[in-house]
Amino acid sequence: MIKDLINPKNFNVIVSKVSDILVGALDKPLGYAINWGRVWSLWPVHLETACCSVEFGATSSPRYDCERFGIIEAFGSLRQCDLIVVQGTVTRKMAPRVRMVYDQMADPKYVIAMGACAITGGLYIDSYNVLPGIDGVLPVDVYVPGCPPRPETLIQGCMLLQEKIKRSKIK
Amino acid sequence: MTSPNNIDDKNSKIKTYESDLPIENSLYNELSSKFQDKVQLLYVKPNRIKVYVESKNIVEVASFLKNELGLDHAESVCGTDYPNENAIEVIYHLSSYSREEIAPIIFALSTKTDRNSSYSPSLLPLFKSVEYHERETYEMLGVYFQGHPRNERFLLPEDWADIPPLRKDFRIKGR
Amino acid sequence: MTNKFSDSFEKKLEDTTKLGLEVVRESAEENLMTLSVGPQHPGSGHFRFIIKVDGDYIVYCDPDPGYVHRGEEKMCEYRNFIQNIPHLERPVIHDSTHITYSYSLAVEELLGIDVPRRGQFIRAIASELNRQVYTLYWLAIYGIFLGHSTMFMWPAGDRELFIDLLAALTGARVTHAFNIPGGVRNDIPDGFKEKCLQYISYFEKRLKEYEDIFYNNPLFRQRTENVGILSKENAIKLGVTGSVLRASGIPHDVRKVEPYDVYDEMDFKVQYMKTCDSFARAYVPFLDMRESCHIIRQLLDKMPESGEVRVKLQSNPKGRIGEAYKRVESGRGALSYYIVSDGSSRPYRVKISVGSFRNILALPHLLVGSHLGDMPSIYWALNYWPVEADR
Repeated sequence: MIKDLINPKNFNVIVSKVSDILVGALDKPLGYAINWGRVWSLWPVHLETACCSVEFGATSSPRYDCERFGIIEAFGSLRQCDLIVVQGTVTRKMAPRVRMVYDQMADPKYVIAMGACAITGGLYIDSYNVLPGIDGVLPVDVYVPGCPPRPETLIQGCMLLQEKIKRSKIK
Repeated sequence: MTSPNNIDDKNSKIKTYESDLPIENSLYNELSSKFQDKVQLLYVKPNRIKVYVESKNIVEVASFLKNELGLDHAESVCGTDYPNENAIEVIYHLSSYSREEIAPIIFALSTKTDRNSSYSPSLLPLFKSVEYHERETYEMLGVYFQGHPRNERFLLPEDWADIPPLRKDFRIKGR
Repeated sequence: MTNKFSDSFEKKLEDTTKLGLEVVRESAEENLMTLSVGPQHPGSGHFRFIIKVDGDYIVYCDPDPGYVHRGEEKMCEYRNFIQNIPHLERPVIHDSTHITYSYSLAVEELLGIDVPRRGQFIRAIASELNRQVYTLYWLAIYGIFLGHSTMFMWPAGDRELFIDLLAALTGARVTHAFNIPGGVRNDIPDGFKEKCLQYISYFEKRLKEYEDIFYNNPLFRQRTENVGILSKENAIKLGVTGSVLRASGIPHDVRKVEPYDVYDEMDFKVQYMKTCDSFARAYVPFLDMRESCHIIRQLLDKMPESGEVRVKLQSNPKGRIGEAYKRVESGRGALSYYIVSDGSSRPYRVKISVGSFRNILALPHLLVGSHLGDMPSIYWALNYWPVEADR
């Protein structure tokens, strides 16, 4: 009976209909699983841009432990990391290096702009060597304000990023 | 503005020595007994002396300070731009680690160069500690130090194409 | 001169060229590998240095700072004396009391004012607490550079106690803006003294544990003893400062040599060691922390019960014509300010001479001729904070 149903004429249509059902059934849970894996293991690149790096270091301290969210300051190579936290002021000398580091990371990658200096230039907006914000160089996902932001604020910024990742679609 | 210690103004009241600073005064006396009119005292304050020399004499004065008086390192090298006098003042702040009685004293040795063609003999053969400070003064103010092996940019980005930033005619954007 | 090859490599080249093969030198240089220990590196912070290696030995080193150069000295000329405080404390964000302390001392000399006694004591207490905070962060990063992650967690956790004290005193975790020309911003809150004494007694017991787990660790000792020897003559010649100087046998501390504020009434000893190696440079800040605890106890004891904490200034004070040069002892060494004033309410020239910038001269001197694996222990033992050196 199946041999009567499937004949060269409507084979394509049946295959496409079956695959539609399969994708529809698996997309949501598969996407959820992949996003779950990405959310709970965000590894930041070890790139310190300026003074906010002290509060970034304090976030890994025992009091504001960020390892419980999966964010470990990974000392591996660039290729293993998927989060770049631009901490503080970006100077004109550092900007091409930040862009090179971002380009070398593998997809999917996310950017957090930490500190007032990374968002708009902050306190140093009229200095001759400072870029007014990192937006012109990297596509930013989450902005974390503060000068410097408290570790709790940075963790809240990471949680916002986690919400954003959970909502994203997997292609 | 004119410099606070205006050398050319003969009528200006230069703060001369206070009689109860024996160590500072004795240091200056030793220096002036060797180089009578090549050095000019600008001020003596508690633990601080400032002396002016011409740039052609600075190397021998500095070697006297190092070998005889025992000032063995430089804490900083600084340049100040005085556009009204068309001069850039280069100051070396010297101090001593080996002689304990003059360890609190900072001896400021200053010289002036012309603003348009600013050259100054480098003190690197005498004091190794001025190496990076002189390089920074070169890139921030444009003073070329003769005898320094690397008059190159140090802190500024590689593609810096403007005038040296600490000069007074370099204005920050918007101000 | 710096930036020449190490002596042993030069000798190797000399020996081969004696055989009449001049071309050997060029090809020997080509066989060297150039590494850029760059700004994105787990072992370098925001600083780059270019090294050339011949196998396992480093033969050439060239530091390349400036990645965080924000033009502090130029910005000071566009703001008046009080407005300069917030941006001047950002270079060393976690030791910010010292870099504004020295500035305040220089500006007070230019304005001709004297700080009331209670204000001087509070300033000294805040600066000693900040010294602890800075040294603990430095120890934490040193531990993690060498792979000792417990030594990252313990100081980072204990540091939070002192940050709590500073937050109770000043209102902010790291960038306090507490020292202003004329004194401090506000008085200490109630209950601060008891809490401070409690934390200090807890911390002194912790210091013993640090010694056991880190300084007596055989691996740490092997990695740092007899590594990076900086002899006494070279230390004086290179003009290094701070714990690097005191680890080479010279007992120089600005708080003793040229006491400022109330430090001439305090009874403490200058800690120094004579072994001149990396272990001494790592141990001297630890001894300084212990001494700092004694100083804080004495300061809390001798502080006057009541009094003003700052001088009431007019809103835009004008400085006298003249110049001032003042220095303090920060966590990294002597931090000095040279301020020239022309009679207006803005400084004419501000020059900051920081301990990190002076110590960087020792880096090519020590790295050339050493193993590549010794690089983290030599580099971070120089107590170099890149953001401060770039200003």
